[in-house]
Amino acid sequence: MLKDITLGQYFPGTTVAHKLDPRTKILLVVLYIVALFCAKGVVGYALMALCLAVCVRISKVGIKQLVRGLKPVLFIIIFTGLLNLFFVTDDTYLFQWGIIRISEAGLRNAIFMVLRIMLLIMGTFLMTYTTSPISLTDGLERLLNGLKRFHVPVHELAMMMSIALRFIPTLIEETDKIMSAQKARGADFESGNIIQKAKALIPILVPLFISAFRRADELATAMECRCYHGGEGRTKLHILKYERRDYIALTIGVLVLAAVLVLRYFGI
Amino acid sequence: MEPILQIKNLTHTYGVGTPFQRSAVEDMSFDVYEGEFLGIIGHTGSGKSTLIQHLNGLLKPTAGQVLLGGKDIWAEPKKIRDVRFRVGLVFQYPEYQLFEETVYKDIAFGPTNQGKTGDELDRCVRDAARLVGIRDDQLDKSPFELSGGQKRRVALAGVLAMEPEVLVLDEPTAGLDPAGRENLMANIRDFHRNRHTTVILVSHSMDEIAQNVDRILVLKSAHVLMSGTPAEVFARADELLTAGLDVPQVTRIAMALKERGLDIDPAVYTVEALEQQILALRKGGAVC
Amino acid sequence: MSAIIETKELRFAYPADEGGEPVFALRGVDLEIEKGSFVVVLGHNGSGKSTLAKTFNAVLLPAGGKVYVEGMDTLDEKLLLAIRQRVGMVFQNPDNQIVANVVEEDVAFAPENLGVPTEEIRRRVDDALKAVGMYEFVTHAPHLLSGGQKQRIAIAGVIAMEPECIVLDEATAMLDPVGRREVLSTVHRLNREKGITVILITHHMNEAEEADRVVVMDDGKVTMDGTPREVFTRIDELRSMGLTTPDTVDLLDRLQKDGWNVPLDALTVEECADAIAAAAQN
Repeated sequence: MLKDITLGQYFPGTTVAHKLDPRTKILLVVLYIVALFCAKGVVGYALMALCLAVCVRISKVGIKQLVRGLKPVLFIIIFTGLLNLFFVTDDTYLFQWGIIRISEAGLRNAIFMVLRIMLLIMGTFLMTYTTSPISLTDGLERLLNGLKRFHVPVHELAMMMSIALRFIPTLIEETDKIMSAQKARGADFESGNIIQKAKALIPILVPLFISAFRRADELATAMECRCYHGGEGRTKLHILKYERRDYIALTIGVLVLAAVLVLRYFGI
Repeated sequence: MEPILQIKNLTHTYGVGTPFQRSAVEDMSFDVYEGEFLGIIGHTGSGKSTLIQHLNGLLKPTAGQVLLGGKDIWAEPKKIRDVRFRVGLVFQYPEYQLFEETVYKDIAFGPTNQGKTGDELDRCVRDAARLVGIRDDQLDKSPFELSGGQKRRVALAGVLAMEPEVLVLDEPTAGLDPAGRENLMANIRDFHRNRHTTVILVSHSMDEIAQNVDRILVLKSAHVLMSGTPAEVFARADELLTAGLDVPQVTRIAMALKERGLDIDPAVYTVEALEQQILALRKGGAVC
Repeated sequence: MSAIIETKELRFAYPADEGGEPVFALRGVDLEIEKGSFVVVLGHNGSGKSTLAKTFNAVLLPAGGKVYVEGMDTLDEKLLLAIRQRVGMVFQNPDNQIVANVVEEDVAFAPENLGVPTEEIRRRVDDALKAVGMYEFVTHAPHLLSGGQKQRIAIAGVIAMEPECIVLDEATAMLDPVGRREVLSTVHRLNREKGITVILITHHMNEAEEADRVVVMDDGKVTMDGTPREVFTRIDELRSMGLTTPDTVDLLDRLQKDGWNVPLDALTVEECADAIAAAAQN
């Protein structure tokens, strides 16, 4: 049940999509998102969809996995779609029934919005599917390195993120264990109204929090014992290096964004 | 003796239809008799944990049945909670499941779920606390103020308070020091003797199993490898060792003595019994 | 041989609960740990053995007395990293000391903190993983490994600092017999082959059988100190401290009381059987 969470999941592989520098991939996703919000017409969206399709093909990630990633946000997608469908007004109505009116602009907006969110989520997931969490944090740390000058604790944030990622599976396993233990004492998580259900979570959440604090305390001691003293003077096992493929990929990314902007200028 | 639990051709397979498909329990059959003290031993990964979670219906068999008092526990899936009250399961490191403000309230969690109230609830809680050696003045304390060993006792009391017909303990003494281990096992032995409750003890420690149980079930890679009294099982000590399992140190001494040509039966597991055998050597003059 | 760790009248107290007295966990410990030795520290829960271990690399600082690591005072803050690099620690819960979600990244953690150059880190990580027999798991995710394997990764993470001494603070307590054997044989090999000093804190008597020296703690003090043979034959004293003796010694003690001429200090199963067989012939 809890093990089905796909967020942050990584599918190891050896394709170009896997081999790209994490910084390149983060930048490409940023370019992709900017381009998505700039796209205006059918041709623009088609170009974005095509880009994603090509990337998915290269990465060899199954389209099924990508679609499964949409499941948790299905509600938001549908909600956005309906909101646009019913509340964007225009002079020409395609359909009218009582207070429910659907305009042509509404329909158009709804389709584009839904498409935009879906492409955005699938694009981001494609990055997390092809990049190990640790190199992702590494890439983020290096990209944001410049912010250190403004006293942004970049190293600490990256360390927190990677520890959080490290402990997700441990805490999921622990939650399962505590649930089983409380079920063995007759706890009932399924029946009752929403308040009763929320109350039934206390026997899980209290032990889980206590254990998380204990773990944090022990981990801090263990890290100190291994000479951790912040980011100063730290070296790395893996040093990130831009290769030729990274420059090529970034160039393509910039060109696609430029193309979208041109298409936007012509309103298609 | 009547069987209270019957495990019939039990199979549990994880990840059906994925490349990770794996049977943790495969076609396992055995009976647990009313009032007996049964020990289950096996490696990590032998299927112990999966097996015991079937006994109180936390896991559902992929195939096969678990009968409690002759009735399939999954006959009425809606009443599975009743099975959990009748078969009390104490997990490994149970102190990590404590959550209430006071020791009393934590012990009362199980019996309250059972629907017990008032005097009956109070009696169950106090009885259980007494059984594991928690003093009355500790009942109003926060469980988190207690020492590690005491926390574990409180967690054990939380299951005993449901007054189950079968008590299943998964590694109850893990991480305790020798005195703590012996104290806790003494509590469990007393409970078994006084209440005539069926007790199933899962442990890694052959010594602990040998000293406490009437019958041993040895598991190996999802199957039952052996079953019998401690003497019967340790008579096959060679097989246990080849299966990568421990035998009690006393048994190993007896085996070494037999190898040296002394007339010793290696199926012993207490120091006293081996001492008597060695003393008998001189009296009988049976040295070859 | 010279001492790697030396404590002098070491005292330590945990802060009191509101209104209570501070709890003294160490009440004057004088100990010298020889370089290259394998020392087991035994004691029941609350005897002060874990507290003692944590003073060895300045996780806890003395409230009275001193701890010296290769002559360096642990109270000197400037020496903190140098001390921790020399004395590595492995703790009880394998899950709570693994930092990264790839084995090699975790083993690299300490050398990264120490500012070791990248190529050198690579070499150290590979060497450390080979030394604990976990090299084939270099790119695995640690949470999928067994308890014994996780502890070996933790040991590799410590060895990668190239320490003089490893302290195992009840590092076998949460493991099954197989995992325990894995960890024990690993540290024995490191002690033998690399000359690393090992201090093993435990309450499992049988883990002390092969040690050079056994130190028994009770109520914040060292109550016994000697070879396993010397310590384990003091049966009554051990029992009064809530500890047990190996069954071999127990059996020999009973036979001695029955009037048999057997020694008490045949600790291992083989030695014990030899002694009894010899006595039975007479």
